[in-house]
Amino acid sequence: MKAKPRSLLGIEPLDSRQILEILTLAKRMNPARPRTTLRGRRIALLFYENSTRTRTSFEIAAKSMGASTVVIHAATASIEKGESLKDTGQTLQSIVDAIVMRHPSSGAPVMLSRLIDIPIINAGDGMHAHPSQALLDAFTILNHKKSLKGLKIVTIGDIFHSRVARSDAHLFSKLGARVVFCGPDVLLPESARELAPGVEIVREMDEAIRDADVVMMLRVQQERLSGMQINVDEYIRRYQLTPAKLKLAKKDALVMHPGPMIRGMEMTDEVADCKQSVVLEQVLNGVKVRMAILETLLGGKR
Amino acid sequence: MSAILLKGGHLIDPARGFDGLADVVLRDGLVAEIAEPGLSKATVDETLNLKGLIVAPGFIDLHVHLREPGQTHKESIATGTAAAAAGGFTSVCAMPNTRPINDSPAVTRWMQDEERGALVNVFPVAAATLASKGEKLSDYRGLKRAGAVAVSDDGRPILDDHIMREALALAAKAGLPVIQHAEDTRISNGNPMNEGVTSFKLGLRGQPSASEWQMVERDIRLASQEGGRLHVAHVSTAKSLAMVRLGRASQVNVTAEVTPHHFLFTDESCSSYDTRYKMNPPLRSAADREAMLAGLIDGTIDAIATDHAPHALFEKEVEFDRAAFGITGLEIALAATVTTLYRTGKISLMRVVELLSANPAKIVGLTGRGSLAEGSVADVTIFDPKKRWTYDVMKTRSRSRNCPYDGMQFYGMVRATIVGGKVVFNEL
Repeated sequence: MKAKPRSLLGIEPLDSRQILEILTLAKRMNPARPRTTLRGRRIALLFYENSTRTRTSFEIAAKSMGASTVVIHAATASIEKGESLKDTGQTLQSIVDAIVMRHPSSGAPVMLSRLIDIPIINAGDGMHAHPSQALLDAFTILNHKKSLKGLKIVTIGDIFHSRVARSDAHLFSKLGARVVFCGPDVLLPESARELAPGVEIVREMDEAIRDADVVMMLRVQQERLSGMQINVDEYIRRYQLTPAKLKLAKKDALVMHPGPMIRGMEMTDEVADCKQSVVLEQVLNGVKVRMAILETLLGGKR
Repeated sequence: MSAILLKGGHLIDPARGFDGLADVVLRDGLVAEIAEPGLSKATVDETLNLKGLIVAPGFIDLHVHLREPGQTHKESIATGTAAAAAGGFTSVCAMPNTRPINDSPAVTRWMQDEERGALVNVFPVAAATLASKGEKLSDYRGLKRAGAVAVSDDGRPILDDHIMREALALAAKAGLPVIQHAEDTRISNGNPMNEGVTSFKLGLRGQPSASEWQMVERDIRLASQEGGRLHVAHVSTAKSLAMVRLGRASQVNVTAEVTPHHFLFTDESCSSYDTRYKMNPPLRSAADREAMLAGLIDGTIDAIATDHAPHALFEKEVEFDRAAFGITGLEIALAATVTTLYRTGKISLMRVVELLSANPAKIVGLTGRGSLAEGSVADVTIFDPKKRWTYDVMKTRSRSRNCPYDGMQFYGMVRATIVGGKVVFNEL
């Protein structure tokens, strides 16, 4: 039997050893020092949904390792003309070595991986998973903390629509952190508790944030609300990260955000720009971690 | 017409409470004689030796989508009824969501025309409202005269209380049951699976169980006011069943069916985004599945119906949230029932036949069917409850293969199907 190609579809199938291997490798990666590991490799960046950060990050990562990349936007490709994901994937398979894929439908990369034989790297699918973001979040935390074991990591806001929150929770849980979700009922259903071992739900922000080691803020995904009603004033009053709220966390707590961040909504300017914020560091780390992901999946012998 | 002797089989006929060895003579499309084994003096053209097999009144599927007219790339009346015959169904009730929607006596007649090449009886369920838009009632009397056995806007439930009230009242006058696909689409919103832990994990939007049971509750309330007969299609939640129980306790004329997939699987089956597990109503929680089993055991559920819903590969091999709802199921209904309910000792074969034949016949008023009493129609299903087999979807008679049962092992195999005295499926 042919060995299955190595894909990164989500965090859930990985074990902590595999996760730590990627994170360790990422430390040695630097986009300013180009490598040749992926010379001659062709990588398609197949984007069915807009993205600046993730697409750029993967593109720079791939290029700084010597790979050539082609960006395919749904709006400009034959996808517009009604081509199915299966046909697009099978077409790409014959001309590239791997696909980095973003898609608005949860599970789309999982489905495609059953139909084609080249590695697929999930760059975000619907509300399901965003594994490279979770890895870079963990990498960023580990730049400041010795280990994730026992850390209290609180994620606040629109958990329901967030693929980052889901992938983060799986990863943090696998590395032994306490994962606390905080948000209103409509954006955080009770079923979230069952996502991974060690996930808790705390509805009051003060209690959720108390003694936290990491505070991960999420944007309310207005574009995905589909009929849900959010009272913005009420939301800001209850869930916005202000300097006063941040004081309840540990003194050395990190403030994180997967972006794009809406100032004045989930966090104030002061917090966004404060010393504890590692938001910009997350962006740089994104490239390193994605280099490590590409090397892990595509590097080595053909 | 010829005569057939069904010899040495074990006859199960719930309508008459018969459960024992008997010979059955079929002549001129009717059951001519039920005799003690070996004692019939009838002269016949053909004898089928059925030692060790069950002889039952032909199975009746209250809920199939034959896709014709209009969507013959998925199925046709000929292919769908061939699958039905292989599954032991001698009659199928064909849902009206064809193209055009079957809301007229003309389409109803067209579907029953010999030209369609049906292998088993086709009893159309006509649209309850014109074009199933939920606005204006269709012509119930005319539809009934044309051969419709029930009215339903399957797949597009009647949301408006007033229209549902009128439908129940008019159907009662016409002597037809109203079959409701109970789903408040304002709540379920077309979401691709059940709402729960699995949908959260998968990042898929869910249909809360309330979108079903609240509609069942409303329909029962309206039926209690208007009279009429309400049949709840493909019940999937524990609370819907509780509503049916309550309704019955207060004398409402309500019946309910369940599909094999709702007593076989739970929403966890969707975990790998396999669209063969996507249907509507969606697979529900483990507790809901348990409730379906309990309802089948205690009698709350009257019938097992497949909701056979064929789709082409290109409509299923897509993103989970974009895939068509529905799976095929005609060929495994008996096997699923025997394996899950009979082999495990939960119900008797008598109850199996009641769920697949006697009760469905009563629900849609098919006189002369659902029993093998002398003088009834010679629709017979012959099966081996002990036979172990593996379902291979590549061998399906259906035109479509959107089916999660592929490769599954079952007990209980249909060996022959006889429609109106004619053997239409024979693997004896």
